[in-house]
Amino acid sequence: MAARTAELTEHVAEVRGLARELGGRQVLAGVDLAIRRGEFVALLGRSGSGKSTLLRAMAGLDNDVEGKIEISGTAAIAFQEPRLIPWKRVLANIGLGLRGDVPLERARAALAEVGLDERADDWPLTLSGGEAQRVSLARALVREPALLLLDEPFSALDALTRISVHNLVLDLWVRHRPGVLLVTHDVDEALLLADRVLVLDDGRIVHETVVDLDRPRDRLDLTAPRASILDRLGVISEEPA
Amino acid sequence: MRPVRHADGRPPIKRLLSPLALIAAWQLASVIGLLPEQLLAAPSAVAATGWDLVVSGTLPEALAVSLQRVVLGFTAGAVAGIGLALVAGLSKIGEHAVDPPIQMLRAVPLFGLIPLFILWFGIEETPKVVLLAIGVALPLYINTFAGIRGVDAKLGEVAAVLKLRRAELIRHIVLPGALPQLLVGLRQSLGIGWLALIVAEQINASAGLGHMINDAREFLRTDVIVVGLLVYCVLGLLTDSLVRLLERRALTWRRGLLS
Repeated sequence: MAARTAELTEHVAEVRGLARELGGRQVLAGVDLAIRRGEFVALLGRSGSGKSTLLRAMAGLDNDVEGKIEISGTAAIAFQEPRLIPWKRVLANIGLGLRGDVPLERARAALAEVGLDERADDWPLTLSGGEAQRVSLARALVREPALLLLDEPFSALDALTRISVHNLVLDLWVRHRPGVLLVTHDVDEALLLADRVLVLDDGRIVHETVVDLDRPRDRLDLTAPRASILDRLGVISEEPA
Repeated sequence: MRPVRHADGRPPIKRLLSPLALIAAWQLASVIGLLPEQLLAAPSAVAATGWDLVVSGTLPEALAVSLQRVVLGFTAGAVAGIGLALVAGLSKIGEHAVDPPIQMLRAVPLFGLIPLFILWFGIEETPKVVLLAIGVALPLYINTFAGIRGVDAKLGEVAAVLKLRRAELIRHIVLPGALPQLLVGLRQSLGIGWLALIVAEQINASAGLGHMINDAREFLRTDVIVVGLLVYCVLGLLTDSLVRLLERRALTWRRGLLS
């Protein structure tokens, strides 16, 4: 079953009892999840915990899941690798499949928002990793999604680029206010960005932490939730503070 | 394989020396009688004959006939090869319908079909054009089909997420993605196409380059034969560089190893 568009009032996405079997293994075993309008949710999990499977199902890319997925309005996704179409110039990548009025102008505005208006006519293969990921974000956001799905989009970036793309994502989120589901395996990243951090383990959501702190956040304020999440993830001995 | 080139795109002088020496030796062997004219005419004689053939209109006429065969055969073969590859590449049903017979046809030696073609189509233009078309169609089919199937599935997911319609998916993702492989097929096609033309023209041709060469054999005119071969060479080189030009223009998005 693919993600269905529905009229939700409070939430932009509701997932109930989602299950997925893959090669005899229960990758998702009854996941319940709701994302409010404008809420930034991070989903943590170890490799193979099923977090990407959940995200792909919500993006409508998996037709073999059981359970219920309802999305209010459109969902857009930014993948781990930017997945730009190499034979389309940057601007055309953003505008691809865009319907409605003046698609190219909207694409240009989105490109300006991620600070790359000068690269509009360049080929994707000439972009750096960070630039390509920015274009990928612009391509997702230009569709004005109610739900923005981010599949570890920062994991391939170097540390410095990652910080600037983090800030960009927060900026864009504040401006457009989509509901965000960020899949990551980086606890610090989740705590720095999200309103709510979920931990997925063995196909179920086993932990939830609400991070009620203003942004930008100081890593020092995040020590306590960090320890409890790492505990849930099965990381045993952390260095004493 | 590409020859070594200078930055300005011209082969270095060093690489010209040995071919020039060979031609000089050939000329010398002809002049002192070591190489009889009935076996191979001297380079100077070839050049003079070439000029005569152009001026008398024999060569342009023959060339026009041969080129017409090439254009017809190549166009038919390209349309068939690419068309069938689209049918087979874009759907499983199409693949099951189209691919097995083509693979069977591929196993048949192309030039072994000539006797049948003569029986079916006579000895006029048709069998020559059909032979050329089949020779051109097969590599184009195989490469275009592989190109379509080789398009990254991840880009297919992007298309799904961007809600592209099927026609848009084909136009924006599948076809451009298959283009590099299609162009490889095009170069192979041209290679086989010229070969098919040369073979086809040797049989019962009453006009064209092959006829000119065959005629010359009857009169032991090795100079005319060499001129004919040189024309084939030039045509082959021309079409090859045309495809290379096409590749450069169509694949500018690729950040090549050497660009």
